[in-house]
Amino acid sequence: MVASTSKFKYVVCDPELCIGCQLCEYICSYTKTGEFNSYRSRIRTVRVDEVLITAVACRTCENAPCVIACTRDALSQDQETGIIRIDPTKCDGCAWCIEACDFGAISINHLTKLAEFCNQCEDVEEGPQCVKICPKDALEYTTPDQRAQRTRHKLIKTSLEFPQKAKDPR
Amino acid sequence: MYGYSGKILHIDLNERKHWVEEKPEEWYKIYIGGVSMATRLCWENIEVGCDAYDPGNPICFANGIFAGTPVPVGGKYGLASKSPLTGVIGDSLSGSWFTIALKRAQWDGVVIHGASENWIHILIDDDRVEYLPADKLLGLGTHETEEKIREIFGDDQVRSATIGPAGENMVRYANVTNDGRQAGRTGHGSVWASKKIKAVSVRGTHGVTVADPDSLLKMSFDITEAAQGPHTVKYRVYGTSTNVLNANKHGFLPTNNFREGTFDFAELVSGEYLDEHHKVKVIACAQCPIACEQMSMVKTGPYAGSMTGIEYECLQAVSSNCGIGDMTAAIRMVDISDRSGMDTMSMGVSISFAMECFETGVLKKEDFKCKKYPEGFEPYFGNGEAGVTLAEMIRDKEGIGAILAEGTRIAAKLIDEEHNSETWKFAMNIKGLECPGYDARSLKTFAMGLAVGTRGGCHNRSAAYDPDIQGETNRFTVDETRGVVAARSEEYAAVYDTLPMCKFIRRCFTGKADRAGAWPSIANLINATTGWNFDYDEVDLIGVRAHTIKKAFNIREGWKPEDDDIPYRWKHDPMTKGPGAGHVVTDEELAYMKGLYYKAKGWTEDGYIPKQLLIDLGMDDVAEEIGV
Repeated sequence: MVASTSKFKYVVCDPELCIGCQLCEYICSYTKTGEFNSYRSRIRTVRVDEVLITAVACRTCENAPCVIACTRDALSQDQETGIIRIDPTKCDGCAWCIEACDFGAISINHLTKLAEFCNQCEDVEEGPQCVKICPKDALEYTTPDQRAQRTRHKLIKTSLEFPQKAKDPR
Repeated sequence: MYGYSGKILHIDLNERKHWVEEKPEEWYKIYIGGVSMATRLCWENIEVGCDAYDPGNPICFANGIFAGTPVPVGGKYGLASKSPLTGVIGDSLSGSWFTIALKRAQWDGVVIHGASENWIHILIDDDRVEYLPADKLLGLGTHETEEKIREIFGDDQVRSATIGPAGENMVRYANVTNDGRQAGRTGHGSVWASKKIKAVSVRGTHGVTVADPDSLLKMSFDITEAAQGPHTVKYRVYGTSTNVLNANKHGFLPTNNFREGTFDFAELVSGEYLDEHHKVKVIACAQCPIACEQMSMVKTGPYAGSMTGIEYECLQAVSSNCGIGDMTAAIRMVDISDRSGMDTMSMGVSISFAMECFETGVLKKEDFKCKKYPEGFEPYFGNGEAGVTLAEMIRDKEGIGAILAEGTRIAAKLIDEEHNSETWKFAMNIKGLECPGYDARSLKTFAMGLAVGTRGGCHNRSAAYDPDIQGETNRFTVDETRGVVAARSEEYAAVYDTLPMCKFIRRCFTGKADRAGAWPSIANLINATTGWNFDYDEVDLIGVRAHTIKKAFNIREGWKPEDDDIPYRWKHDPMTKGPGAGHVVTDEELAYMKGLYYKAKGWTEDGYIPKQLLIDLGMDDVAEEIGV
């Protein structure tokens, strides 16, 4: 499994919980374009062998390979958020960034011929809309560190059999 | 027009040409989409009186009003042709990604005319139509075919509806599969094969715009949230398979080819058992926040590795109905059926029919010879390996499988001619379509609902089992209320089948599934999508019109009042065990209830439709042709 080197927050999907309903794609395309169209979604659901289901969006890699691969210097990475930004006057839709992405998280808009990236709904107050609509809470907007911490907590809870403290001491 | 493109795509395989038909908004307001619009397209385009396998029988897709929007469970389409099993309307529903791709390609409907000489794969790429050779796809299973097509195009957004090997072999109840869902019943797969269509693929790149997206999103959010609560828990946790134990308790679980209604090993083929021993993951159709499909796998034993989605109707048809108490054999049979593209319900009832032919001595061991068992085998009730082998033989049309692949109505006729027997008395079909998983001897309203059903033995079109089971009617007797109950229940179901929306959402609008609970919300969804001004009454009419066009189609194809009947067994052979023991639906009871039903529909006492009724529903041209 290829792992992202990101230290930033990004939208990640738990394949155990994802049911493949595509509601994330609807809300994403609507938020970005005003239309419902999976083709214009920046998060993509993937379904392989019927039961392997997940959704993929930009994982804000450190030293992002897409930025390095861009032959026209059209891409840059926000140092505060990790979000990949595109200069539409430079991008010519050559798709090198798509080749470079280890997660298949980039797509070319077939109308504008520009590369499109998840920008974590940075312009929407409530944050990523896909996370908000996901009916199974399969999507979350966290950093790898936050998820690692949760994994450690889960591990210790399931592997050590100490008496559980009552949830509500009253 | 919002929500629709106003365009129907016509494809003629004889000439390999296509054209566009534009429909006025008024037409959409009457036929909406799904089974209603698909049937209407079939009405407009069929050569009246043709055989189902004749090139004059069109394949009609009709998209859903909510497909491609975030409206929960609205990603469904209707598919209609004349059914090779029943000779009347074959209207089915399927859902998921395919229908959304079709919406984005901006087609409200697709009609395929004529027949091809060679096997083809039709690609609808927005407004471009291509006729691709299907040589490399032949022999592949349904799921494999889809994967192969997406691999060829390198695009996951190319979605395909396909037939499998059973379809290619023209098993009469072969079906059409897309995205793991099936337009399951009435034999669409064999109609496709008669035209040599292996697959129809769609790539749509346009966005879907609606009249009032903000309201639509708000409503969709609310319904999506409600769909995570108690109203759908049955579907999410165990799926519909949890019905097995309920049906067994109430004594209408089909057992041994509908001989009995209780099964000794029901626990072993229950949804609860499935959940504990076989469940891998629960998955959803595209656009669905519920997720009911219980993907189940056989982990050990001779059928290890079989995996497919299991639900009640399929499960009972291949397990209790065949006397089989082995879940691994049941999963294997459903897996064979799904991968080869067959209607599991008709397959299961055809297998149980063969088992009863063996049990009654009409067929002998040597009649069941095949490559796997050159000396034949003994398919007694409960023999799981026999069930699996028969499923394979039907798929391949090998030996006796070729007869069983014709469905129980034709199979019984062939066997009775050869053996001078009376197997037709236990051929469990209605109008040629095999019966669903509710033994109707102790569900009398439902028995009549099935008899008058426009597509034969189907629990999705008549929902009259619900009042019978819920105790709103006395299920063991008949009375003067039954006509209205059956008429209103099938019209209720037809609203969902026409939008189409999955019925599993029915309690999520307000908590109540009845008309008062659901219709106002559905009207709001329709209005936000289309900009129309539908109210409660308009929503109610959707179902009435849908059912009327289907009935009108059947009348024009030669329907007769005596076709509204139930199997001999339900009228003459009572069950011996369980709460349903001793009950049958007599000819007199059935005739009485049918009369009440025709009256409730406003039809003549023979079941024909008066001209004025059709005109009042806005179907003037239909009135002209079949109104009395």
